Amino acid sequence: MRTAAPVFVAFASGLILVVAFFFNEETTTIGKLSHQLLDWVIIVGGFTLLLGLVSITRVNWAAVKRRSDGWIYKLFTIIAIFVTAIPSVLSPDWSPLFGRARGSIFDWLFNYLQAPMMATMFATLAFYIASAAYRAFRARNAEATILLLTATLVMLWRVPIGEALLNLLPGNIPDLINTYVMNGANLAVQRGIIVGAALGAASMSLRIILGIERTYMGKG
Amino acid sequence: MSTRLITVLLILLFSFDRAFAQNPDDIFRTDRLNALVFVVIFSVAILLYTRWAKQGKPLFLRKIAGLQAVEEAVGRATEMGRPVLYVPGIDELDQIETIAGVSILGRVAKITAQYDTPLMVPVRYPLVYAAAQEVVEQSYVEMGKADAFDRDAVRYVAGEQFAFTANVNGYMMRERPATNIYMGAFFAESLLLAETGNAAGSIQIAGTAKPEQLPFFIAACDYTLMGEELYAASAYLSHEPLMLGGLKGQDFIKIIIVILIVIGVILASFNVSDRFLGLFEAV
Repeated sequence: MRTAAPVFVAFASGLILVVAFFFNEETTTIGKLSHQLLDWVIIVGGFTLLLGLVSITRVNWAAVKRRSDGWIYKLFTIIAIFVTAIPSVLSPDWSPLFGRARGSIFDWLFNYLQAPMMATMFATLAFYIASAAYRAFRARNAEATILLLTATLVMLWRVPIGEALLNLLPGNIPDLINTYVMNGANLAVQRGIIVGAALGAASMSLRIILGIERTYMGKG
Repeated sequence: MSTRLITVLLILLFSFDRAFAQNPDDIFRTDRLNALVFVVIFSVAILLYTRWAKQGKPLFLRKIAGLQAVEEAVGRATEMGRPVLYVPGIDELDQIETIAGVSILGRVAKITAQYDTPLMVPVRYPLVYAAAQEVVEQSYVEMGKADAFDRDAVRYVAGEQFAFTANVNGYMMRERPATNIYMGAFFAESLLLAETGNAAGSIQIAGTAKPEQLPFFIAACDYTLMGEELYAASAYLSHEPLMLGGLKGQDFIKIIIVILIVIGVILASFNVSDRFLGLFEAV
């Protein structure tokens, strides 16, 4: 039963969603049923938020209690979760600081703490790209040298000053890069990967729907 | 039995709609007929190969270095006495890449259970948290190591992309896991994770179907599964003929697609491809 029930649910919901794709969503029962199923996913997801909250609180609180390394940050995480969550779910009728409207505690925390912190994390990507590019573009052998030269040309072509410089050279190098590197080799490889991935995804979906693959339940 | 019951129910549903419809377009998406034909051919190919695999026909599968390295990488973590970090992507469970990531997690958890190696699985969505925890627990139970299962091995760490990344990066620098495995859907954080893991000296295996993130993983990881290899991983690691049959069916469809591409190229070269290309228009 523990295996049969999930396999049955996966088969029924998978089949309904696949079949519904070929039917009018607005006028047919199967179309409406597929929408209903997708709504259920959102509802189930909402309930699992509670699981997430319990997990994050339990793990961090255990570290605080043990006074393990960096326990103060974990305590701060717990405080931050509840300081953000509780005022945002309280009714704005009680106070303009509650809810998620402009001027609320949640709004302030999001705009002045969370958004800048996320932007900072994203900005650090530039440095990570530089260090990864240094490793990837070292001219260790013939292939790596070709990669280095091609990447240098593409990067130059992507910035205005580089494009202006390349245009000074004979042979219309920017057009050659665009035609042969970006719309030729690069696009062909990308499409190959996308076609393979799409087939792989469809094949795996079919294996799950038919109950052949049960590894997503830890079985097999 | 259940399959037949559902099929009968679906037929009844369609008949009900059809009885009240004035126009066939109110019921069927005739503009998606090409997709239906493809789905039928694809399903038949997968089922045929699965059947042949079940009958014991030998199936050749090329070696995937990244998957062969999984056991070796977990063994390394065991020898070093350090944990294995497994990230099943940062997307929701309704994405097939995440399901593939969770499936591979089951295999990895079995190896960590076998070697008694600590496992850490940070997740971004509560639904993935529930699924991953179930998969890891089941794997430990199947390996007869139910007592060794740590319920905090799978952790919900943050719902925001970069908060999640900061948490995982912090873990990598503090705990220095010997092995980092990233399998699933990744976005801008792919390089942040992989470079930090590289700096921490971990052996890294990544797999994603997002072509724009692949170069980052290739640059920073020791092994990378590209596109379809991610979806093949759970079948490949299981060595089950039934699941491997599906992979061969997929290869057969790829051959058909290549033949169609060649025909399309020839027809386009003679400028007579309009009707042929029209057959493949997506709606």
